[in-house]
Amino acid sequence: MKFQEELKDSIRKALPDLDVVLGWCGSFDPLHATPHFIRREEDIDKLEISPLSVHNLATYLPGLRGKKVGIVVKGCDSRSVVELLQENLINREDITIFGFPCTGVVDQAKIKKALGHAGNVRTCDISDSAIVIQTEDKAHSLTLTQMLADKCRTCRYPDAIISDYFVGDKIGEPAPLETDYAALEAFESLSVPERFGYWLKELDRCIRCYACRSACPLCVCRDHCAAESRDPHWLSQENNVRDKVMFQVIHAYHMAGRCTECGECQRACPVDIPVLMLKQKMNREIRDIFQYEAGVDPEATPPLLSFNMEEENITEKEW
Amino acid sequence: MPVLKGKELRIVGFLCNWCSYGGADTAGVGRFNQPTDLRIIRVPCSGRIDPLFVVKALMNGADGVLVSGCHPRDCHYAEGNFYARRRLEIMQRFLPVLGYEAERFEYTWVSASEGQRWQQVVASFTDQIHKLGPAPKIIGPQAADTLNQMAAAL
Ligand code: SF4
Ligand code: SF4
Ligand code: SF4
Repeated sequence: MKFQEELKDSIRKALPDLDVVLGWCGSFDPLHATPHFIRREEDIDKLEISPLSVHNLATYLPGLRGKKVGIVVKGCDSRSVVELLQENLINREDITIFGFPCTGVVDQAKIKKALGHAGNVRTCDISDSAIVIQTEDKAHSLTLTQMLADKCRTCRYPDAIISDYFVGDKIGEPAPLETDYAALEAFESLSVPERFGYWLKELDRCIRCYACRSACPLCVCRDHCAAESRDPHWLSQENNVRDKVMFQVIHAYHMAGRCTECGECQRACPVDIPVLMLKQKMNREIRDIFQYEAGVDPEATPPLLSFNMEEENITEKEW
Repeated sequence: MPVLKGKELRIVGFLCNWCSYGGADTAGVGRFNQPTDLRIIRVPCSGRIDPLFVVKALMNGADGVLVSGCHPRDCHYAEGNFYARRRLEIMQRFLPVLGYEAERFEYTWVSASEGQRWQQVVASFTDQIHKLGPAPKIIGPQAADTLNQMAAAL
């Protein structure tokens, strides 16, 4: 990325006053990046920003509260930071935000599907339009826009919403490749039993690893998560699909008016369960009722933490 | 005596202590005839009702869930029902994505003096649930049926 050196310079400047700067670097193979914790000057050179920089590093912020933390953010990640600020879960003065114009990150699930069982990845070259992946026996050339995460295909905030340092030229509001919630709307047009059956089928393979929760920047309850509570006993320890569905409902409801659709829950799921759709449903309803979008204004109050005596868009049932 | 003929369904009602529970009592004292499908759980305030109760009840075998609290501006704790209204409204709109009809759940306001209104709410909600029929079960004796049906549908 063109602005990468500029970004490194900014980090170099800020690092003496910070305990750690969060970014991304290469990992076990050329097709994956991994979160990178920059503590010393020499760590800076390993920083790499690319369409592989998928992780939302804002997830680390609540756990690092009290430390001076720098964080490199994509546009979507910056919304998580804003939401954490809205909820007083982090302190603005402890955080230094590095923004850059994001052109999208890949969805590894889509790549996996396109490659099939590819074995080891030898090289991975990403240009503006293509990803060329050399596996042990074959070169695969994939179109970048097709491999982009769904959230990138509908992205409206490619530039960090808040930042202390911004490198590169801002993109502004791009023309989305897809309309918001098209998949959700298609799902909603299914019959009631089909929808019910869909979740039983999809969630049947959930292994209750709670990676969806761990990856979520707004799941901050740690040992106090409702999933592990015995009193109240929301979920049993039995292996049944009911409790798996129930957990996803808990997660979606606990995110109501907070979720920024960063997609980390779904990305982290080891068995590719489309759990994001439940949060999208919640968000779309909240948008319709309260004209509210989470994580765009640090001063805004989330809708479920406030009320109006007369609610304009809520029509109560007449009996 | 059930007002509606046929098999009873299971409806869970969460009622606030101060208004709606009193309203149900008033209806009882006034000997207003009501369908008997409803099982009442008394809670301190509609603001105490976690909308997840609704889903939990449906998943554990309820066919319908009714929440009732004090009318807006009449909450014993001043604001509980204002928060509740927002939460319950979004949960009602959320239910269809899970594969439950939104009509399986309603929330409303009944004051302690409104015995008549309580009777009307219970009768009309029970009727609404009977029109929908039993909710799909994922636990208990009918669970296997549901799962087989689902498997066949997919
Ligand atoms: S619920 Fe999923 S999409 Fe929403 S903030 Fe959490 S990880 Fe991101
Ligand atoms: S699912 Fe709910 S209780 Fe559990 S960590 Fe997330 S927000 Fe907290
Ligand atoms: S990440 Fe996937 S498998 Fe793990 S608990 Fe969440 S939905 Fe289940």
